[in-house]
Amino acid sequence: MAEHCAVIGIGQTKHRESRRDLSMPGLVRDAALRALQDADMTWKDIDSIVIGTAPDMFEGVMMPELWLSDALGAAGKPIFRVHTAGSVGGSTAVVAAHLVQGGVHEKVLTLAFEKQSEANAMWALSPAIPFQPQLVAGAGGYFAPLIRSYIRRSDAHPDTGCMVAVKDRQNGLLNPNAHLHLDLTLEQVKASPMLWDPIRFSETCPSSDGAVAMVLVSDKHAGRVKNPAWVKGTSVRTERTFFAGRDQVNPAAGKLCAKDVYGEAGITNPTKEIDCAEVYVPFSWFEPMWLENLGFADEGEGWKMTMEGKTALDGEMPWNMSGGVMCTNPIGASGMLRFAEAARQVRGTAEQHQVDGAKVAVGHAYGGGSQFFAMWVVSSER
Amino acid sequence: MRDVAIVSFSQLPSVKAIEAADEPELVQPVTSDAMKQVGLTQDDIGFTCSGSTDYLPGRPFSFVAAVDGLKAWPPLRESHVEMDGAFALYEAWVRLMHGDIDTALVFSFGKSSLGPVPDVLNLQNDPYYVQPLGLDSISAAALQAQAMIDARKATERDFAEVVARNRKSAADNPNAQIKGDFSVDEMLQEPYISSPLRKSFCPPLSDSAAAIVLAAGDAAKKLVNRPAWIRGFDHRTEPHALGQRDLTTSPSTKLAAEKAGVGQGKVDVAELHAPFAHQEIILREAMGLGDGVSVNPSGGALAANSLMTAGLIRFGEAANRVLSGDADRAVAHTTNGVCLQHNLVAVLEGE
Repeated sequence: MAEHCAVIGIGQTKHRESRRDLSMPGLVRDAALRALQDADMTWKDIDSIVIGTAPDMFEGVMMPELWLSDALGAAGKPIFRVHTAGSVGGSTAVVAAHLVQGGVHEKVLTLAFEKQSEANAMWALSPAIPFQPQLVAGAGGYFAPLIRSYIRRSDAHPDTGCMVAVKDRQNGLLNPNAHLHLDLTLEQVKASPMLWDPIRFSETCPSSDGAVAMVLVSDKHAGRVKNPAWVKGTSVRTERTFFAGRDQVNPAAGKLCAKDVYGEAGITNPTKEIDCAEVYVPFSWFEPMWLENLGFADEGEGWKMTMEGKTALDGEMPWNMSGGVMCTNPIGASGMLRFAEAARQVRGTAEQHQVDGAKVAVGHAYGGGSQFFAMWVVSSER
Repeated sequence: MRDVAIVSFSQLPSVKAIEAADEPELVQPVTSDAMKQVGLTQDDIGFTCSGSTDYLPGRPFSFVAAVDGLKAWPPLRESHVEMDGAFALYEAWVRLMHGDIDTALVFSFGKSSLGPVPDVLNLQNDPYYVQPLGLDSISAAALQAQAMIDARKATERDFAEVVARNRKSAADNPNAQIKGDFSVDEMLQEPYISSPLRKSFCPPLSDSAAAIVLAAGDAAKKLVNRPAWIRGFDHRTEPHALGQRDLTTSPSTKLAAEKAGVGQGKVDVAELHAPFAHQEIILREAMGLGDGVSVNPSGGALAANSLMTAGLIRFGEAANRVLSGDADRAVAHTTNGVCLQHNLVAVLEGE
């Protein structure tokens, strides 16, 4: 790559079930302005914009970036739209980083949003597709069998998912931008209604309105702030919906995505060299599943890390310090929120959910039926 | 920046309806053919990127199925844009700048036959103030064409002459949908669909798919004798509201063309994505393309217009003329949004 790339501005909205106080342009503009302010920049400083959301059908606007470009000061500039299902926020940040690293642009504003209150995601995700059985159960219905398979394979403790739900909600209490602020006990989570066995109500993510934005710049502009987060590695991997031997519980695309990004960042032992991770966990059980998939635990062992409290904010390997997707889920933005939290950690700006001395962090997103993966590694050092 | 070139192009003929073909069945023939032309398989491809929209099939995440038209194993480095495939080509070009991989596969697919496209495109408008008015794509284009007439920049006869030339050129294009000799005088007798647009001034609606292989540096030279090198590549947007723009000009195209270096040499061929006849006139002026430039020798979008693919096909058609040696320097263009809001321009060169 031709250039180093640094994150020098990060902004996000307060995420809520419904941001009735903000239109869609208002939502993206709110996040973008906060990121610009953080980077000590104005609209004029920006060369190019990369925006992600998924899917357009949730809000009923086709290619909404065409309409939102006015709110983002995009006239006369390039604005680029990425869409890779639930991983889109991550993939969008990766495209923005590549624009800088490839020497195409020097100062890129990237952002992602979703206004879920404009629609009903669960039913929008369950259309009748010709020649395919209709899902009629939303994402939870799709993922529950995979979780059951994980529990069977790994003989995981049945409380593992509930532990994640408690932990992520505790972290979310420290994050004023989080949608859910829930002080739950393990007993309360276990007593919550079963939605898609083994996923209980308290083990699912919410539907949120929200947006997040970042300013990515090349070397020569990184000095605008004293604490840039350097992008050390990026990767995306995709696998098909149908093929013989596909393992959706521990997908090959996720493993390869992690291998690529660690390779680019020069990481050989993720548990030793990474200080914390923000990982896309929309249903609690995906924490132990992704711990294994991303190489933080051996196969079948991920749930033990969770049960031993190693992934807590004060644990050996904090995961989802911000409260994660379990507390905040504007779908199109959820991936970028993970990437942004990783950058906040290494910049030392994560406030109450800061991991002390975090220098290297991972951001992760996935989408589709565990098919689309995007990751980045950021560091406080270039 | 790295030298990156288009080395092959494949398309399905644009037709009114490709019946009983789902996304993998559209994608597989063109991607495999584009790779086969240069002796590659999916294992040789470093990055794959596609462009499509959920609003044609009318369901979320429709592109997910398209991945099943590709090789299953191992999982791909892959991305997708909710824009014309030409923008996927742009993302792949950016990806190749990274330097760790040398080849990319780009594809797009669009079945316009699945729904009432002009009405669907109203959903690109501001959902609060414009969508409720029902401003379909033909009515919006008509406002632009009328603005051309009011500004005395063109007449209806000019529109008809653009159509006649494009569809005559398309006679040599086996992939075009509407082609042959169209009489200017007869076109001017057609009833208005949305004044001043008559049926012939509008594009057909087509189903198609297309794929392009990109390669960088020496890898490109190994694959073909004469790669179509991408010498400049830029895109720009404009304010969204029609009332905030002078619809008779395209400042975003002008700026993108300047950044891409269109004016820095003689242009032999230009493939412009101008779905409506009057838009070709606007784009030519914005890019400063004179009478010596062969514009849309393929027939352009007035002869074949599969949504999400028509732009990528412009890149493929322009590249083919460079690859074959018929042109030394070509311009490829793609537009996005209502009345040319967002425009992408590239300069392709043989040497």
